[in-house]
Amino acid sequence: MAINDNVVEIRNLYKSFQDEEVLTNINLDIKQGEFLTLLGPSGCGKTTLLRLISGFETLSRGSITINGRSVVGVAPEHRHVNMVFQNYALFPHMTVFENIAFGLKCKKVATAEIEDRVAEILRTVKLEKLKNRKPHQLSGGQQQRVAIARAVVNRPLVLLLDEPLSALDYRLRQNMQIELKALQRTLGITFVLVTHDQEEALSMSDRVVVMNDGCIDQVGTPRNVYEKPSSLYVAKFVGETNIFTAEILAVNNKKMQVEIEGLPFTVNNDKDYQVGQKICIVVRPEDLRSWDNTEVDDTAGMIPATVEQVIYKGSTVDLILRTQKTGKRLSATEFFNEDDENLDFKLGESVWVEWMAGWEVVLPYEE
Amino acid sequence: MKNNYLFKRFSISMIVFWLIAFSLLPFLFTFLFSFLSEGTHDLSWPLHFTTHSYVQIFNPIYFRIFVRSFELAFVASIICLVLGYPFSYILAKMSERMRTALMFFLIIPFWTSSLIRIYAIIIIIRAKGLLNHLLLWLGIIHHPLQLLYTNTAVMIGLVYSLLPFMILPLYANLEKFDWRLLDAARDLGATGWQKLVKVVIPLTVPGIVAGMLLVLLPAMTMFYIPDILGGSRSILLGNLIKDQFVTANNWPLGSTISVVLTLLMGILLIIYWKVSQGSDRRELL
Repeated sequence: MAINDNVVEIRNLYKSFQDEEVLTNINLDIKQGEFLTLLGPSGCGKTTLLRLISGFETLSRGSITINGRSVVGVAPEHRHVNMVFQNYALFPHMTVFENIAFGLKCKKVATAEIEDRVAEILRTVKLEKLKNRKPHQLSGGQQQRVAIARAVVNRPLVLLLDEPLSALDYRLRQNMQIELKALQRTLGITFVLVTHDQEEALSMSDRVVVMNDGCIDQVGTPRNVYEKPSSLYVAKFVGETNIFTAEILAVNNKKMQVEIEGLPFTVNNDKDYQVGQKICIVVRPEDLRSWDNTEVDDTAGMIPATVEQVIYKGSTVDLILRTQKTGKRLSATEFFNEDDENLDFKLGESVWVEWMAGWEVVLPYEE
Repeated sequence: MKNNYLFKRFSISMIVFWLIAFSLLPFLFTFLFSFLSEGTHDLSWPLHFTTHSYVQIFNPIYFRIFVRSFELAFVASIICLVLGYPFSYILAKMSERMRTALMFFLIIPFWTSSLIRIYAIIIIIRAKGLLNHLLLWLGIIHHPLQLLYTNTAVMIGLVYSLLPFMILPLYANLEKFDWRLLDAARDLGATGWQKLVKVVIPLTVPGIVAGMLLVLLPAMTMFYIPDILGGSRSILLGNLIKDQFVTANNWPLGSTISVVLTLLMGILLIIYWKVSQGSDRRELL
């Protein structure tokens, strides 16, 4: 067995429920100490994958190794992983202290050591004052911290979190994202988190695994997944998109000629696309810049559009635009900054839309 | 709107009337009778009030009967708990359809008079009954067991009659059990036994207490079971009360024993109420 820093290795994994395949050929390495997120819509198999790692589900084919040892056929109580359940599943009849001590007591750890370890983790999650409370006397955020403490006090190799923030309201969720990330750094434990919320995935993870219909579509850093999506699905799921479809008119070297909205554009060709092939050109709203008629002299590489809606958001202004030639709906996010202080767009106004050459993502055409 | 209001008033009054007429008044009569002198059979004037019956029940004989019936009733409720708990647990984990079917089987015997069912037990456990035939045929025993007219027979009768009263509150409790807690316990390394002792049982205490009370109370007073299955050897509190009314013709003493029994049960309920918490209390009701 080669020495590497993968704490979990999943190879050629298949999982079926009553003849229905829910996971297809999953290959994934989880690195020691990283914060990994399984991201996808409900029903994509992300929770099943998590439950396979925890041992609550058994795989149909393939292998999972934890710390270099195969865990196929090993029960959840004998794996060095712990789980934070979606609704926390705290024991309602036990105090915070008893909840956290549960795992250690089950393993017959000496009482003095239990006291020390629970006290230490209570300090880490800032719950010392609440250790004698029952779960129903805690707020949602506090309950979540207890659930995490109850799991990490056992010093698992991997902490599995099943949509741990979904039960919290928006503001609290944002705070908990920061707290969770900080906690993961402090503890140095590998976190595997399941979520359907792309913002959550991007803001917390070291790496994001984007899942789609039982398959892994892309694994990468948040920035990588957002800026270089490997498929139209990933592009659409992670963030907002403007998608132009076009046919390749000419290819030379690493560039190719296309026509968007009846205008000539040159885009990068890094995947060996051929002339005549159809492609999708993806541009993020924040990469689109809109100018009104008085601001531009040269309109080369700019698409004429009409302002349909202006949504003021404080630090940004979101525009809904419609192109004048084909009537395509575009969304653009404009930032207030020094070179563009004038974001005073009016409904029905004509504008010129452009993006920095090379900031677009070119993907093969999909229906 | 008006009709609705009248109907509400009417139905509430009916319930109140029912409780007063068939629950509160009889109890008040019993209470009144317990303070009357021996040999009183009606409330014709003049009434002679006395606490003689209350002095009488401190007779060691009555005390012994009380302790013995409490013991018997307690053992019966423990047996019901041991039998009823796994049943309720399995029932709660079954599919909707299986639950309905099994509940149905549990309820069916209630459609027959309990007296008839107790007589039916005689046919099974008597010397030449079905049970002995079966055990002899299997070679487990070589002489027929003498079960009828023993405490064992009374116990069989009590457990048989009262088991559903244990199962129903336990099932009501277990049905609402959050099974994800067992996943959590397992994830934290709990063995099957630890899951049961540390999670399932503590969370079903309300059901256990409710079931114990529902079995314990009737078990002490089901006079016809010791009468039929226990012969003359077995005297329980229920038989004692019945005998005072029917045989010994001492209504005040019978009433006194009933009142004391009611008070004891009331005290038990109050103790449980005091030690339990909000959510557990609702469970009991």
